[in-house]
Formats: sequence, structure tokens, C-alpha cells
Amino acid sequence: MKYTEEHEWLRVEGDLVVVGITEHAATQLGDVVFVELPETETMVAAGDEAVVIESVKAASDILAPVDGEIVEVNSKLVDNPGLVNDDPTGSAWFFKMKIDDLSVLDQFMDEDEYNDLIA
Amino acid sequence: MSDLLRLGLHDLHVSLGGKMVPFAGYDMPVQYPAGVMKEHIHTRTAAGLFDVSHMGQVILHPKGSMADLALVFEALMPVDVLGLAQGRQRYGLFTNDAGGILDDLMFANRGDHLFVVVNAACKHADVAHMRAHLSAVAEVEFIENRALLALQGPQAGDVLARLIPETAAMRFMDVARPLWQGTELWVSRSGYTGEDGFEISVPEARAEAFAKALLAEPEVLPIGLGARDSLRLEAGLCLYGHDIDTTTSPVEAGLTWAIQKARRAGGDRAGGFPGAPRILSELATGPARLRVGLRPDGRAPMREGTAIFSDKDESIGTITSGGFGPSVEAPVAMGYVSAPNAATGTTLLGELRGKRLPVTVTDLPFHPTSYKR
Repeated sequence: MKYTEEHEWLRVEGDLVVVGITEHAATQLGDVVFVELPETETMVAAGDEAVVIESVKAASDILAPVDGEIVEVNSKLVDNPGLVNDDPTGSAWFFKMKIDDLSVLDQFMDEDEYNDLIA
Repeated sequence: MSDLLRLGLHDLHVSLGGKMVPFAGYDMPVQYPAGVMKEHIHTRTAAGLFDVSHMGQVILHPKGSMADLALVFEALMPVDVLGLAQGRQRYGLFTNDAGGILDDLMFANRGDHLFVVVNAACKHADVAHMRAHLSAVAEVEFIENRALLALQGPQAGDVLARLIPETAAMRFMDVARPLWQGTELWVSRSGYTGEDGFEISVPEARAEAFAKALLAEPEVLPIGLGARDSLRLEAGLCLYGHDIDTTTSPVEAGLTWAIQKARRAGGDRAGGFPGAPRILSELATGPARLRVGLRPDGRAPMREGTAIFSDKDESIGTITSGGFGPSVEAPVAMGYVSAPNAATGTTLLGELRGKRLPVTVTDLPFHPTSYKR
């Protein structure tokens, strides 16, 4: 698992990258009440807004961590946004991306580095 | 953070796991470990304890008769003060010469004086305002050594009666000064959640013991500012500085229920308050815009500042409070729209992230109130 400074986790699944937010991020956001997912088969660039999440407190964006194509989204979150709080690192993934070269993930933090960031 | 004021119960909030944030100059708990959603639902189903000690507590001691004080206090508000019976509380509004709202408040007739509770962000201005206008008839005493707690929810009555049996007889907007373990509490049966409940002023030295006694009751959880906001929004209640301010009149804000007959045209003491020409004229012919409830048709919350358009794409208003309503289980908002678009059931559009999405004008409150009348 890799981690971004935006508090996303990235998990490699075959040739795809699965993207979600960390437990720390979910706790900071508070109760999530709305999730707007991107369209599949869209090309995104690193830093593009991919997902809008609204918690009871505020709206926030989940950014595409790298360049690539959104190939699958977790539509369960639309009907059950609270899953983001209940299981942020498991069933509450947001989208899967196809990227050209998985080695671009090397730039991101590993678990120890991420834990240092949020400590 | 060092310039933030600390509540008397600061250490208690921290020990309860409160997440502290700046609000109205104070370091205040926005939520506890249960989180906003659970705290909100708990208040609607059991009882929640809120620390609202940041609010201003003021006593107006009459220099002459209570009636003289009431009549001069009335000159600051489009509200009937003289007619308020002893032992009762009423909602009031300080207005300015333009008919805008300087602050909203609660005032109670406690026999030989009036007790006033004002908003935190306005309290120093309110005290100065009252001193400037009431000094001939009253001594204005700013109370700074008492905490103010709110116990709210359908089980609040049972809980408080267990500690102070005589509160069981109080009805909505009654005030009383019972003793708890030898300490005089100032209790009103009121609040700002839409639920039955109480606001309780307690001397600072006894506040922690009293708060802990309430929290020891099985029905009671501590509730932060986050749920306080979603509860009052569902109840259709205005937040000063957001839904009402110096540019909004009481009539535009839909607060005409707070303007008793005695102060309206044809009443015994009609007019004679700041902004009376505008306010009386709006009462007679209707305001140009109105505060309304707005329900987004989709699931995305629309928050303060969201622009509202008619179905003909004219800009006709703005959301002043909005978010997710945990009891309504949907987003809810309120805001001002032009009068022709204010009828219940009208479909309007709210602009969210560049898209105009449908919202429906809805009667307030979103969640039915359950005051013990």
C-alpha cells in the first residue's frame, strides 16, 4: 500500500491502482453524507478533482494521484456514503485507475512514512 | 490559539474527548468522539448536554418600576415586553434604524428584574447598546461568572426532574430559579434544537459538578457545536450572522410571530422601535424577499453562499445555512429568495460546483418541533 500527502491510499490490483482515503482522513472529515464519483472511461491527470465528498462539516475533493484512466467506480458509496467512515481502507474504495507504468507509485509514501506524517 | 477565550468547562470538554475549534472567540467543542451524526440523533431520541457559556447573560435591574423598564426596553425591539408575565420568557430582536437585526435574544420576566440571553459574537455590542439606551431606567449587569448549559431532547424533562423535581412542572418558555444542592440555578424551559429541553445558568464554581451530574444520567451525552448547528437548522431556527443580520428585517426573516399585536399597526403601543417604518410597511404589504426552507432534490448538501436561480435562470437569492439533516436523512437548507419565488412547492435551482441543481421551497421546520407547551 502507498500513501499520498492528500491522505489517499493506493493499492495495486493486477495492472490497476485502487484509490481510497485513509482512516485518518475519514476521521478528520467526520460523517460522510454524500459522494460524487467520476465517470468511468475518463482520462485524468494527476491533481485533477476526481471525487467530491461531503461530510456533515464540509465539502472536499479527492484528487487523481497520477495520470491515467478511471476504469471502475465504487457505486455502493453513492447510496451508502457512511461506508467511507465505517471501512475507509476496505470496502469504501473510490475508483480504480489504469496507468501506463506502475513504477510512478514509487514516489509515494510507504506505511511507516505516512504514519510519521500524521503523527 | 492563545488569544482564544476558554470556557469554564474547558477541561471537562477535553477530558470527554471534545474536538476543540475556535468559535465566536472561544475555544469550543465542535464534536465529541460519537461524532456529529450520532450526537444529533441522540439529542432527538434521548438527551444532549450543550455548553453554551459563550453566550451573554445580562440582568436589567429596574431603577424605578418594572413597567418603566419594560416600556424603554420595548423601544429597542418590535416586541411586547410590557405584556410578558412574571415567570415567562420571550424571544426578542434588537433592530436598527434601517429595520435590520442587530441581534436576536431571549428575555425573561423574573419579577423584580429582566434576565436577557444574547448571542456570543454580539454580547459586548449588546451590553453597550443596552447601557446606552436603558441607563435612565435600569442598571445593566453583565453576568460573567455563570456558565450556561442546555439540556435538550425528549428525555431532558425526565433527567432534570430527577435532579430538581420542581422543574417537572415547567412548561415551554417558563423560567424558574430552583436550588440544586444549595446552588441557585436559573432555568428556562427552552433551547435551540426544536426539542423539549432547558437552558440552565449555573455559577461557574459549581458548573463542572452540575455538568457531571447531568452526564452521569444514562440518557445524557455531551453534544458539540456541529450537532447544535444541524439540530437548529432542521428546526428552522435562525443563526445570527448567517440567516439574520443587520441587512435582513424581521419580516423578511419570517420572524413576524415574534412581533406581537401590541406593537403592530393598530396595536396599543404600535411602532416606536428602531426601523418601525420599514418593518410596519413590510408587515402591511409583504417584503421583497423572504427566508424559506429549501430542500435539494439530490443528495448533495448545498451550503451557505450557494446562489439560487429561478427556473428562468434569474438570480433570485442565496442560501444562508445549509447542510445535511441527520433526522431528515437528506440535505436541508434555508435562504432568502425573492417573494414571487417563495411559495411552498416552488422548484428553484441551486448552483453547486458549476451545475444548477433543483431545490424545492419547503415549509419550516424540516423536523417537527416537540416543545412542552
